[in-house]
Amino acid sequence: MNDRTQNSAGGRGGFLIRGARLLGGEATDILVRDGVVAAIGRGLQAPGDAEVVEAAGLVALPGLVDLHTHLREPGREDAETVATGTRAAALGGYTAVHAMANTEPVADTAGVVEQVWRLGQEAGHCDVQPVGAVTVGLAGESLAELGAMADSAARVRVFSDDGKCVSDAVLMRRALEYVKAFDGVIAQHAQEPRLTVGAQMNEGAVSGRLGLTGWPAVAEEAVIARDCLLAAHVGSRLHVCHVSTAGSVEIIRWAKSKGWDVTAEVTPHHLLLTDDLVEDSPVGSYNPIYKVNPPLRTHADVQALREALADGTIDCVATDHAPHPVEDKETEWAAAAMGMIGLETALPVVQEAMVDTGLLDWAGVAERMSYAPARIGRLTGHGRPIEVGEPANITLYDPAVRAAVDPAGYASKSRNTPYEGRTLPGRVVATFLRGRPTVLDGKLA
Amino acid sequence: MRRHLISAADLSRDDALLILDTADELAKISERSIKKLPTLRGRTVVNLFFEDSTRTRISFEAAAKRLSADVINFSAKGSSVSKGESLKDTALTLEAMGADAVVIRHSASGAPHRLAGWVRGSVVNAGDGTHEHPTQALLDAFTMRRRLGSLEGRRVAIVGDVLHSRVARSNVLLLATLGAEVTLVAPPTLFPVSVGSWPCEFSYDLDAVLPKSDVVMMLRVQRERMNAAFFPTEREYSRRYGLDRDRVARMPDHALVMHPGPMNRGMEIAAEVADSPRSTIVEQVANGVTARMAVLYLLLGGAELGGEN
Ligand SMILES: [Zn+2]
Repeated sequence: MNDRTQNSAGGRGGFLIRGARLLGGEATDILVRDGVVAAIGRGLQAPGDAEVVEAAGLVALPGLVDLHTHLREPGREDAETVATGTRAAALGGYTAVHAMANTEPVADTAGVVEQVWRLGQEAGHCDVQPVGAVTVGLAGESLAELGAMADSAARVRVFSDDGKCVSDAVLMRRALEYVKAFDGVIAQHAQEPRLTVGAQMNEGAVSGRLGLTGWPAVAEEAVIARDCLLAAHVGSRLHVCHVSTAGSVEIIRWAKSKGWDVTAEVTPHHLLLTDDLVEDSPVGSYNPIYKVNPPLRTHADVQALREALADGTIDCVATDHAPHPVEDKETEWAAAAMGMIGLETALPVVQEAMVDTGLLDWAGVAERMSYAPARIGRLTGHGRPIEVGEPANITLYDPAVRAAVDPAGYASKSRNTPYEGRTLPGRVVATFLRGRPTVLDGKLA
Repeated sequence: MRRHLISAADLSRDDALLILDTADELAKISERSIKKLPTLRGRTVVNLFFEDSTRTRISFEAAAKRLSADVINFSAKGSSVSKGESLKDTALTLEAMGADAVVIRHSASGAPHRLAGWVRGSVVNAGDGTHEHPTQALLDAFTMRRRLGSLEGRRVAIVGDVLHSRVARSNVLLLATLGAEVTLVAPPTLFPVSVGSWPCEFSYDLDAVLPKSDVVMMLRVQRERMNAAFFPTEREYSRRYGLDRDRVARMPDHALVMHPGPMNRGMEIAAEVADSPRSTIVEQVANGVTARMAVLYLLLGGAELGGEN
């Protein structure tokens, strides 16, 4: 039991969420029954068999949706599994995550995507929507069976070679064209491979001083520009993964101004962290906790990304949750794996970068962390407003608390978070997946 | 002085002058009959080399031994950076052996920083990737000071592959601290994009820089840079950025020619230039031992100099 629920019916009779703030800002009660929102209004009476969740001061958000999660299963279960990753997702307020395809084996067939999808169903902490690889084995040479994955039980709509760029222009064109048959989208990891050979961190003043091979912004921007033109040429949907530079923002803004069907995401860490942390941070210089792909950029880039997320140029926030075991990070910079975990800190980081700075209100957060990613991923049961008759995917969030991040309590199997010891705002208090709590009082239900 | 010497930027002007003055003292003592001093007796210095460099290892080894320290050579060559298996484990082993100082050479930039977080002893960077090589800068400054006197206002040209050169990075930082004016010279492809923010000038034109240089330091150019299109051919590089007799003629009479070695004779430096009286290349090797003695002595807080011999 916990201190926010009374009544020991275990929620079988539903939940009365009392006094949560809806996106309009007013406090109200929300009655959840049979997996849907049954009633909304002030002073609702709890049916005798319903549990009451006291939610005064909490914001009620639509269950969050992540377009970009690495669950590592199959193949790297030492870093994360579908079960541990989806627990982390639930604790972060997510009700659905897209699982990236760079597993071992690669999710490039109907069999693998169905396996991942079923593991998600069995775990039950949030819905797992597999992403299919664009090319066989992520090798960038031949198209994977995109149609078979689309037709499978997993109903794949997002295809990505994430971790690698589909750098061959012809292959990228064909992929964009092909997925039109089933309303798919190609999510491109934009990284020109020849411009990033040996690249270790953002190319700039810091890389120059540290003697780490630079990762130029243009390596990302050149691919985004090319892909926008290709998508426009063949009339397809393009999604740009983890945009990291001010120049990329300008290109996407231009593509959208043309009316092209281009969407983009930004990670929480690219909204908050900068490349100078590699040189100087509380954990010393060259600490690979900050090594991530794409790399952390400059303050000017962070500012441009925040503004672009606020004005809708960037459609959504995606975590790029990238778990790695400690031995892959406790090493010299060049040898370390790229990536950081993000599911359990995404909402607090977005609050700090976007809400507390006045750039977004909570309705804006709902759009960018729930509605938009569900829309881009064509998830029909997620990213819906909290209204009567809608699936009860709800996240209750307390924006008022501030606490030092302590990853010891994280559900993710990995601990590669750059926020350890840093104070972040906010706390996910409860997460409901189709009316069933996956998290209550900040703990797995 | 800080506990570690990882970057030339770790050195204040006072620190740097203290090291150079100490090196002067040590050089005087070394000229006496007994080369060995008891100052670091009972201390253990580990040479931890993940990358082959016999010259640098021997230089540190000689420095530590002349101060009577116990030296352990730990060659970890073959430990590939791609797996990154062993730096932390190695650090824990060194801890267990009670190393007072660890001299580390590693192909990964920043490896000494990481090591410093895992060991209690002093860490001395003997070259990390394309980052820094601070004792090389100290020995270069020591060499210049012996030949030219104070470095204040002296003009130093550093020529060649600045982008990949840890020697250039450390020299720029240390020489700026010591008041010298540095001009880096290279083709644009061999500068970091951010070179404009460094505490120095830069130029693409060697011939324009030579007449106003007190020191011209040539950097080694790796032949494989050509394959990566940093420059078209060896011949073109040599013509535009190589130091030959004609170019030396354009330098002031007192100007020095330096090279950290090993040299590509005929590529960045002509053989006759390398062997000329202006060249300090042989001296640099001897001064390397002295400068490293000074660093180890000061970091490990050895007994007073000159008291015994
Ligand atoms: Zn990616």
